[in-house]
Amino acid sequence: METILFLAHTEADGSLGKPALEALAAAQSLGGTLVAGLIGEKVQPAADQIATSGATKFLGVSGTDFASSRYATDAAAAEALCRAAQATVVVAAGTSRFMRCLPGVAQRLGGRVDTHVTGLTTNGGNVTINRWFYRQRMEAAIQRAPRPWFIVVDPGSQPAWQGAAGQASVEAVAIALADSARRTTVTGIRAPQADAQTIRPDAALLFVTGAGWTKKQADGQTHVPEAEKLIRDFLHLSRASLGSSKSLVDLGGEGQAVLSFLSHLNQVGQTGSTPRHPKGLSTCCHGEEPHTVGWRFIGERRAISLDPNCGWARGKADVLYVADAFAVMRKVNELLVQGV
Amino acid sequence: MSTAYQIVVCGSLVPDPLQTLEPVTGPGGPALKNEMMLPAVLDPWAAHALYEAANLARLTPGSKVWLVSLGPKAKLQQVMMTVAQKVPFELVALDGPASGFTEAAEVAAVLAEAIQAIPGLDRSKLLVFGGWESASRGAGATLSMVGERLGILDQFQGVDQLKVGADGTLEILERIEGGRHQLSRCAGPPALLGWATGHLPEPKNNPQVGMTNMRTVMPALQRAKAVKLAGEGLTFASVALPKQLRETKIVKDASPDDIAKEVVAWIKQ
Repeated sequence: METILFLAHTEADGSLGKPALEALAAAQSLGGTLVAGLIGEKVQPAADQIATSGATKFLGVSGTDFASSRYATDAAAAEALCRAAQATVVVAAGTSRFMRCLPGVAQRLGGRVDTHVTGLTTNGGNVTINRWFYRQRMEAAIQRAPRPWFIVVDPGSQPAWQGAAGQASVEAVAIALADSARRTTVTGIRAPQADAQTIRPDAALLFVTGAGWTKKQADGQTHVPEAEKLIRDFLHLSRASLGSSKSLVDLGGEGQAVLSFLSHLNQVGQTGSTPRHPKGLSTCCHGEEPHTVGWRFIGERRAISLDPNCGWARGKADVLYVADAFAVMRKVNELLVQGV
Repeated sequence: MSTAYQIVVCGSLVPDPLQTLEPVTGPGGPALKNEMMLPAVLDPWAAHALYEAANLARLTPGSKVWLVSLGPKAKLQQVMMTVAQKVPFELVALDGPASGFTEAAEVAAVLAEAIQAIPGLDRSKLLVFGGWESASRGAGATLSMVGERLGILDQFQGVDQLKVGADGTLEILERIEGGRHQLSRCAGPPALLGWATGHLPEPKNNPQVGMTNMRTVMPALQRAKAVKLAGEGLTFASVALPKQLRETKIVKDASPDDIAKEVVAWIKQ
């Protein structure tokens, strides 16, 4: 029987975030002996939050050194927890903090790691995971013999654990950090101003903009300022998250007119991100399979394009509106303002 | 304070993103159909790492850039014909598979060994760069494992910016959730940076740089060590393309007003 270590770091307020709770549900689904390993400045609130999860033991590494996301200290903490739990399988959320350190910890422990895991099943004690290759273009089912096996679960891919809070007894795992672990200092977080924040991972809708927004329109002219206003207004009114095709983001590097609020962080697709949202609406996007992987994990999909044969939409969207996105989005914004 | 850096960039090749890919199962496990026939490019995020490395080396006199690349020798040669024209570097070639289905830990072992074999490598000047994820395996695991093997405890992933302070400290911006960046300050080399997009555009081809690079690229390819990756303990139960093809409803000849009403109703469902 596997010893499953559910590994999590706390959020700034000491609680466990949704990605961690999703990883917990995934860990539970594997059966075996479940142990919880927690990292953070304080871990007791997080342990209490999942006190009824069925974990047989709660291990914790805590202290100010473990408050922020830093490779050396996170790796040391994760290593110590894995050793203390004698884990054969480690399940964790694919947060930026764990994506940075867990492959290195697997190396340190002589184990193996699979990241961006989107599915886990167990059959007769044999664990199989699913993950995508070649930027979400093909899916594989994988089994591994070496242990410990680190399974890093993609946020948004699993249902989150739900259960009552309680009181957990946390066994502290002590670590003697060398000075070399403190060569890096986290000095802050940079985020766009609230109004300018266009990436909203929890949004119900992903709004994808393509290069067509900056191209010449029916009157032979470009209308970039109007495109910018339409998109900004829509994001403000709908609270959607903004994604963009690579070609639109790259225009900036080529000295062409661009939408000022777009950056490479908005880029979805082959060399961008593949966000998870229940719905997606693409506008002025064109391209074939390699470009459309950006909305591989979007539930319901609709597209607005002037090309009825658009490869971005045909076979990939549920509905394709053959229309001018400027005209449609102008009207959509009017309706949203009216609260229709 | 000005430090001359030794910047080692790890980067392999991937199929041109515009190619249609299809998995096949061979005697050695999964592979891509006609893999050797597919046009290849330097892995996009590794390419950004290479451009950032070259830029840092240009700004820091005395610095040098190596590109450590694992791939089939013939394909490496093909890709280097283009890459070598971009920025100055010395190639360290490893002749082996560049497939996304190889085991990250095994790839990390051969890359780390190749880095350690670079003559005159000085840890106090060493910066290991690479893409934070590849466009093949896309795991974001290999580089971190290389760092562990090299004993580098200052690692950063999803890097979009590196600034060197007057005192030699490294100020690094890493991507985190929600379109935000984490800002860190590192005392200095050795450090490992997995680059995201960075801020530099792709350099234009420079034939002069290409000619200089090719003097070392061809010999490096000739002496490329053959590498075999066993994939021990790794079993692919299946590899398949997504089968789901959506029945797309095409709405033509509807007015913007009608479409807008439908879109708004759908958003609010």
